[in-house]
Amino acid sequence: MTTRREFLILAGTASLGVAADARAQLDPNLAAKRKTAFEEALRRVVGDAQVKHGRVKLQLPPLIDNGNSVPLSVAVESPMTEADHVRAIHVLTEKNPLPDVVGVRLGPRAGRATLATRVRLADTQTVTAIAQMSDGSFWSDTAEVVVTLSACLEEGLI
Amino acid sequence: MARAVVTMAPQARRGEIVEIKTLAQHTMETGFRRTQTGELIPRDIIRTFTCTYNGVEVYRVDLHPAISANPLIAFTTVATESGMLSFQWVGDNGYAVTEIAPIRVE
Repeated sequence: MTTRREFLILAGTASLGVAADARAQLDPNLAAKRKTAFEEALRRVVGDAQVKHGRVKLQLPPLIDNGNSVPLSVAVESPMTEADHVRAIHVLTEKNPLPDVVGVRLGPRAGRATLATRVRLADTQTVTAIAQMSDGSFWSDTAEVVVTLSACLEEGLI
Repeated sequence: MARAVVTMAPQARRGEIVEIKTLAQHTMETGFRRTQTGELIPRDIIRTFTCTYNGVEVYRVDLHPAISANPLIAFTTVATESGMLSFQWVGDNGYAVTEIAPIRVE
């Protein structure tokens, strides 16, 4: 017969086991891995160059109900002439499974350095837009977003 | 089948900036989702979008899984001469769609 003491010990170990299983499905280093991936993506875009804040305007709604389709627009201040134009625009995220969102190549023929699209966001996070100018300089803008329904629920607890 | 829509003004004055909106029909499967039995659904996305104006590339976009289904891309170009704008979407599993739009420049 199981005594009260034995039952308590059994129940305790069983629940511990369940908790350990749940943890095993979550990568304990997920946050660190995402951070490394973001930094690698950033390095791939800008190399060793310095990124200055300004000239870029990144627009995202601050509160997002559904992360599956979020309107995003980027506009860069530039005369867009042959001598001075925007060469590329990149959008990166910190907490999506992949940091890259979109990359644009453009030139003076675009007339205006703008992009409007719809993106998926996995989590409440900071989104970064980086523009590369024809003189090689990099400019950026960031936007903080709160996401209530993640785009990647199937991925489990993010 | 694969479809795409381009919205832009059919005529413009020389030097005017023309706004272009494009929409492609595509699920943009991320490659991170699983079926109910736990199998990973393979990635199937549009990878690049290119806009050429009379054969000259004016705007090019690299798309990643973080772009929503049925990707919308809105941008601008300068009306330089009458002719054709060609829009091309290329993606996984041989996805390729081309759409053309004429423009008359006065």
